[in-house]
Amino acid sequence: MSNRKYYDSELEALNTALIEMGQAAADAVENALQALCAVDTAAAAEVVKGDTRINHMERDIEHRCMTLLLRQQPVASDLRQVTAALKVITDLERIGDHAADIAEIVPHLGRMNQSSEPALNEAVQMGRNAHQMILNALDAFVRQDEAAAREVIASDDVVDDAFDAIKRMLGQKLAHDPDEVDSVMDLLIVIKYLERIADHSVNLAEWVQFVRTGKYKNEDIF
Amino acid sequence: MDHNEHKETRALSSSRRAYDLILRGLLYFCAAVTCLLLVFVIGYIFVRGLPHITWELLSTSPSYIKDTIGILPNIVNTVYLVVVTLIITLPLGVGAAVYLTEYAQNKKLVAAIEFATETLTGIPSIIFGLVGMLFFCQLLGLQASLLAGSLTLVIVTIPTIIRTTQESLKTVPQSYREAALALGSGKWYMIRTVILPSSIDGIVTGCILAIGRIVGESAALLFTAGMGMSMNNFFGSVDNFVHSSGASLTVALYVYARERAEFDVAFAIAAILMILTLVINLAASLVGRKLKKH
Amino acid sequence: MPTIIEAKNLDLWYGQKQALKKINLEIPERQITALIGPSGCGKSTFLRTIDRMNDLVPGVRVEGQMLYAGEDVYSPSVDVTWLRRKIGMVFQKANPFPMSIYDNIAYGPRIHGTRKKSELDEIVEKSLRGAALWDEVKDRLKKSAMGLSGGQQQRLCIARALAVQPDVLLMDESTSALDPGSTMRIEELMRELKKDYTVVIVTHNMQQAARISDRTAFFLLGEMVEVGPTDKIFSTPEDKRTEDYISGRFG
Repeated sequence: MSNRKYYDSELEALNTALIEMGQAAADAVENALQALCAVDTAAAAEVVKGDTRINHMERDIEHRCMTLLLRQQPVASDLRQVTAALKVITDLERIGDHAADIAEIVPHLGRMNQSSEPALNEAVQMGRNAHQMILNALDAFVRQDEAAAREVIASDDVVDDAFDAIKRMLGQKLAHDPDEVDSVMDLLIVIKYLERIADHSVNLAEWVQFVRTGKYKNEDIF
Repeated sequence: MDHNEHKETRALSSSRRAYDLILRGLLYFCAAVTCLLLVFVIGYIFVRGLPHITWELLSTSPSYIKDTIGILPNIVNTVYLVVVTLIITLPLGVGAAVYLTEYAQNKKLVAAIEFATETLTGIPSIIFGLVGMLFFCQLLGLQASLLAGSLTLVIVTIPTIIRTTQESLKTVPQSYREAALALGSGKWYMIRTVILPSSIDGIVTGCILAIGRIVGESAALLFTAGMGMSMNNFFGSVDNFVHSSGASLTVALYVYARERAEFDVAFAIAAILMILTLVINLAASLVGRKLKKH
Repeated sequence: MPTIIEAKNLDLWYGQKQALKKINLEIPERQITALIGPSGCGKSTFLRTIDRMNDLVPGVRVEGQMLYAGEDVYSPSVDVTWLRRKIGMVFQKANPFPMSIYDNIAYGPRIHGTRKKSELDEIVEKSLRGAALWDEVKDRLKKSAMGLSGGQQQRLCIARALAVQPDVLLMDESTSALDPGSTMRIEELMRELKKDYTVVIVTHNMQQAARISDRTAFFLLGEMVEVGPTDKIFSTPEDKRTEDYISGRFG
């Protein structure tokens, strides 16, 4: 039995808060994609509003981590857990921001819809991949599963390739129909955000190794 | 220069070794002499005394008619002296010690009293006898009696009781006092429930030492308790209890050796006293250890 | 949180030497307040002023007020026995009496007149449970308390203090002689205790103050330099001296 029940419960609470924040960020991306699909302005507005909640969660976790550092002087795996949490919430917060950014673009896409626009279709598919990456990275982080984390990092290539492909498609579209420049530019920004979201998931996955072993990108931090 | 110095230290070391050897030899010699003396005294007394310890000697009074010698009255007198002295000296001594260590605020006064008790332990006991005779026997009109003897012995033993009790009280950790007081205990309650029980070993040791002193005391008793050799009936009347005179074992030893030239009896008593002393010392260390363990 | 103990312009002298200088400090109810500072800064003296344990020191003189539940503990009408029943104390070194575990716990209640065995039994169990020691000693209540380990002895002392049902528990460096494991158990216990009691601790261990206290007061050279919520004191202290001390730069 542990001598430090309170400390243990605080660490547990930090973990729970982190999972909640990750889930919220992933949900924001999912909702932004839904709004994008349907060009649903109202749903998009909800996502933008929801970002405040994620920002609050980041503040809350920062506070928890700093209080733990200040009061409990964590060492060893506890120290790695707390410092990694401090790092990954930045990525999660960025994911939430990008989801909101995408949602802000949705109203500008106007008449564009999935059936008439194959690039949009592709973008949504790319978004689903990025969303899955968030979930996988979060899962790997919580379970401290290095193998799963490596898979997440590898799967970034799929999203990157999709980004290149869609970019090319949009380039052709613009060459073909210069009047569509606004929607093409908007969609380009959307896929850039999705690509960034995937990158942040990779960052998240990269901290799994640190939490487990103290190494970050195969290098000793201590 | 360097070389010389080296030589010098070597020379010195050999002379020092010789010095060491001689000194060690001397010390061994001293120890051997002491041991031999001790063994000789004990052995001599036992050899001369033990054969004369008979049941008759221990269980009868001396009789002129039958011309026999018995030391039962002296044994009983000794027991009387021990009991009465302790009854008086123990509460007085322990009380004084408790006052000195727990209550007295004036450090100078305490030091003065401690010095006085220490001096009292060093005073030859014949002086106590003289004072006892003048004060108890004559001034208070007790004459030479066992009560006067006991009162004199109270003065003899009280420093011992105070000292051992004080030493023992001082070893009770300050933290016990703090703990008790912090729980809201009053001072006397704390002393009664924590301090005295924790220093019981010292008090008992002091008691046993006092018994040893009483049993071995002769000079202070010669003039005060008297030399009566007949059996006292202490329970006959209050007058008997207070006024009967009687010789303790040590005084009897003196009387038989000095005035009656009954050396066999004297040695028998000496052997008995030696055994008693041994037993009392053993008891003291045993009780001390046993109580300490708790 | 309402204030239960309050020092107002409290001065204290040991003979000629002033050990506490104009201390003003409020201690809120049912919280852990930590007093920190270098050796000789007066934090222990302050703690012992609360339950008047300083009275035992010859030549001690107090001016100003030390209020407990609104009453000046140094006013002549205050019964020290009552005060010390309401304000329990645990010392640096575990100091169980050389008696059985049961008698140790029952000592306080007996002072205050509880004699009935059934009542005492109940108090002993409740106090030992309160100090998280019951399960470890329930089968050997009649055995000597001296046979317990250091950490257990200190928890026994806490139980003994709880047995008189105090409002406040003063702990004077109560874990400084213990190994880390026992220390953590006692800290855990303090966290439990603050639900029912006001706890004031003196500690040399700043990490300990940071871990368990709600408020921290920093003492230096007989003065109280700074007091505030522990998070505030340890993250953004206002006084430079506080910062230097808690960061280990002096003291």
